[in-house]
Amino acid sequence: MAAVTLLEARGLTRSFGGLRAVDHVDFTLNSGEIHALIGPNGAGKTTFVSLLSGRLQPDAGQIRFDGADVTRLPAHARVAQGIAYTFQITSIYAGLTVADNLALAVQRHPTRDLAGETARAAARVGLGDHLGQVAGLLSYGHQRLLEIGMGLALRPRLLILDEPTQGLANKEIEGFTALIRSLLPETTVLLIEHNMDVVMALADRITVLNFGKVLASGAPAEIRANRAVQDAYLGGHHAAD
Amino acid sequence: MTRVLVLHLAVLAGLAALGAVLPAYHHGMMARILMLAVYAIGYNIAFGYTGLLSLGHAMFLGAGMMAAGLWVQQGGSAAAALGLGALAGLGAATLTGVLALRTAGVSFMIVTLMFAQAFYLTLLYFGAITGGDEGFPLPAAGRQLMGLDLSQDGPRYAVALAIFAVALLVQLALVRSRFGRTLVAMRENEERSRMLGYNPFTTKLAALAISGLFSGVAGAGYGLLFGYVGASFATIQYSILPMLYVLLGGAGTTLGPLLGAVLMFYLIDTASSLTELSLAVIGAALLFLVLFAPKGILGTLRDRGIRWLP
Amino acid sequence: MGTGPLLLLATLEGTVMAAVLALAAVGLSLSFGVMRVVNVAHGEFFMLGAVLAWAVAQAVPSAPLGFVAALVICPVLVGALAYAIDAGLLRRLKHDPEATIVATIGLSYILQQGALSLFGPDARPVEAPFTLRLQLPWFGYSGYKLFVVVAAALVLLAVWWVMTRSRAGLVMRATQIDRATARAFGINVDRVYAGTFALGAGLAAVAAVLIVPIQQAHYLMGHDPLLLSFIVVIIGGLGSIRGTLIAALVIGLADGILSMLYPPTLAKIFATLAVALVLVFRPQGLFGARP
Repeated sequence: MAAVTLLEARGLTRSFGGLRAVDHVDFTLNSGEIHALIGPNGAGKTTFVSLLSGRLQPDAGQIRFDGADVTRLPAHARVAQGIAYTFQITSIYAGLTVADNLALAVQRHPTRDLAGETARAAARVGLGDHLGQVAGLLSYGHQRLLEIGMGLALRPRLLILDEPTQGLANKEIEGFTALIRSLLPETTVLLIEHNMDVVMALADRITVLNFGKVLASGAPAEIRANRAVQDAYLGGHHAAD
Repeated sequence: MTRVLVLHLAVLAGLAALGAVLPAYHHGMMARILMLAVYAIGYNIAFGYTGLLSLGHAMFLGAGMMAAGLWVQQGGSAAAALGLGALAGLGAATLTGVLALRTAGVSFMIVTLMFAQAFYLTLLYFGAITGGDEGFPLPAAGRQLMGLDLSQDGPRYAVALAIFAVALLVQLALVRSRFGRTLVAMRENEERSRMLGYNPFTTKLAALAISGLFSGVAGAGYGLLFGYVGASFATIQYSILPMLYVLLGGAGTTLGPLLGAVLMFYLIDTASSLTELSLAVIGAALLFLVLFAPKGILGTLRDRGIRWLP
Repeated sequence: MGTGPLLLLATLEGTVMAAVLALAAVGLSLSFGVMRVVNVAHGEFFMLGAVLAWAVAQAVPSAPLGFVAALVICPVLVGALAYAIDAGLLRRLKHDPEATIVATIGLSYILQQGALSLFGPDARPVEAPFTLRLQLPWFGYSGYKLFVVVAAALVLLAVWWVMTRSRAGLVMRATQIDRATARAFGINVDRVYAGTFALGAGLAAVAAVLIVPIQQAHYLMGHDPLLLSFIVVIIGGLGSIRGTLIAALVIGLADGILSMLYPPTLAKIFATLAVALVLVFRPQGLFGARP
């Protein structure tokens, strides 16, 4: 089956002051894949996905989603088209209950049974017993799961996850990888991740960013074997492999 | 839901019973307070639920009042005047919002204040029509609503209560709806809301427009019930009052506006009949609330255990 | 009077207006710039300065001496009050911008009430320290008004010197740029804030003492200076002293000249709308130093 392109970026560029955080990046995301974005700190990963999600406007370049140009579309309109984004630094409604947090995502789609769907959205990320709790009082790991749960409840076609496993316990990470796999093939996943075990377990393809540019892109095995990537990022790890 | 509905209906029943037993002086006072509470409900939708701290609501109140007053003065009916007042408040708020909502926080406060001040000065400038600060009385013929003579105590209270009841229940339905949840979400975390696909600008604009509609109805109702309209209702003072009521009763609670209006109105009335200290009472109340009870009475009660309070 | 002399008179009146306005507005701009708070009670500090000037002038028998005494005493008293208000009140609110606005609104009511209760509702005149009249070919002009311009310019120069050349100014600017870093370098941020707030209020009081021989002292007189100061600070760019000075000059002159040509209410409507629109479309102000 030939890969269908869901999202495509051409020449995407964004500077802050004199620094080119993202520098003429070309990028293709195939429908139904799990694509990991890796690279050292400050490589421009979060800036890049912020451009895709519309939180930032590019200085130059073009973004096409499902065949349509979305470069100038504001963030909320992109979400409505099916691009969901979960924050690196947990951003939930701390003063509202878990149920209200999730309902705000669930109610983006017309539904007759809001309470039921909200409960199912909570159960999906293992928060079924916490519906009535105030979100700000949850443990950090649970807040991360709530953040992911809200992204899922939007039923996006593309889910962008910015370091989702940061701060999760090992057991929670296992649950998380299983959850992400279960989303396929309806949802395409773009994942920024530092935990290489998670990346290697999940990703169909990997793109490596360094100094705002694409260093390499390909299947996990190719990336693992890529000398430039080893030098820039994986460091001494390749010797051990 | 039932528990909440029962509470609100009980409050309305209590107010109806009060109408039957109150002496004349308090009768008039309570009718006044009910109209101000409708105004405060409008303010609460913008400030309490959506987090829009406006200093310009007097424009919406004044626009509704002036539209209704001029309409009745020209021989129009009271029922149409109420509708016209609602439209004027809605229109003024929408216009203000389209511009002011490009700013946020302190800038939003100053911009709304400036627009309201410009509106007030405009009323003064066209004093020949609006009567300026002195205003003008409404003709008795225009103060008939569905066969009720609004210059009589009984009908006046009944109409005030009816308008308030509608406002209270509409507010309740609104804040418990999906849209109401969206408003609160905008107050709690705008960036998160944006990334859930909600358009912050249109959401806040809708909240402000609804808030203006309530304010316009309150202004029109106040004018019709008490037979007088004037530019003085568009002064900054009248932008501060609903903020004070809402802060006192509890911002973001459905019954806070009423509670705050009743307590504050009687507090100011008592203070100004004893001495000439009404200004200081308003000032001291604002300071006290900001310093020690930013959540107001019902907000504090909700935090201390009555979680179901809407 | 011909058009030329009329314009000259309007310019003179506008300059006096601009001088006093600049003092009051720089006071407001300081507290906004350094502390990031909007002080709605600023107009009441102005009013207090004027009313206290009347009280001091009453206590001192000679008019020139009374004026000088007021010019020294009133700003200090008002500044001390402002210091106490910041330390006792605004600090508790952690200078949260919105809470501070609500609190200073409350404060302005209390200060008005205080002035009303202590000094009564009547407008109180204060005699000018001297009654020199300059005779120009077309009209006579008050020498005192020209003194006001000079005095205001001197005070503003002193403020500028303090802000740019003195250690206190350095500390204030450091706090303005980064509160946390300033604290890490051992700057007592609380004291800087209270001091800035006091300085701002003191400047309003100086403006009021200077104006009170021209206008009378009254407990509601703070409204117009507050509004005008707001206008100046916003047009000048929030927190920019240089922009504030330029804006004060432009607006003072424009106000002096326009109010001779147009009805004052109409002029105020346009000024208010203009300010609101500047805030909406150019939040950095028209003369702001940086975006």
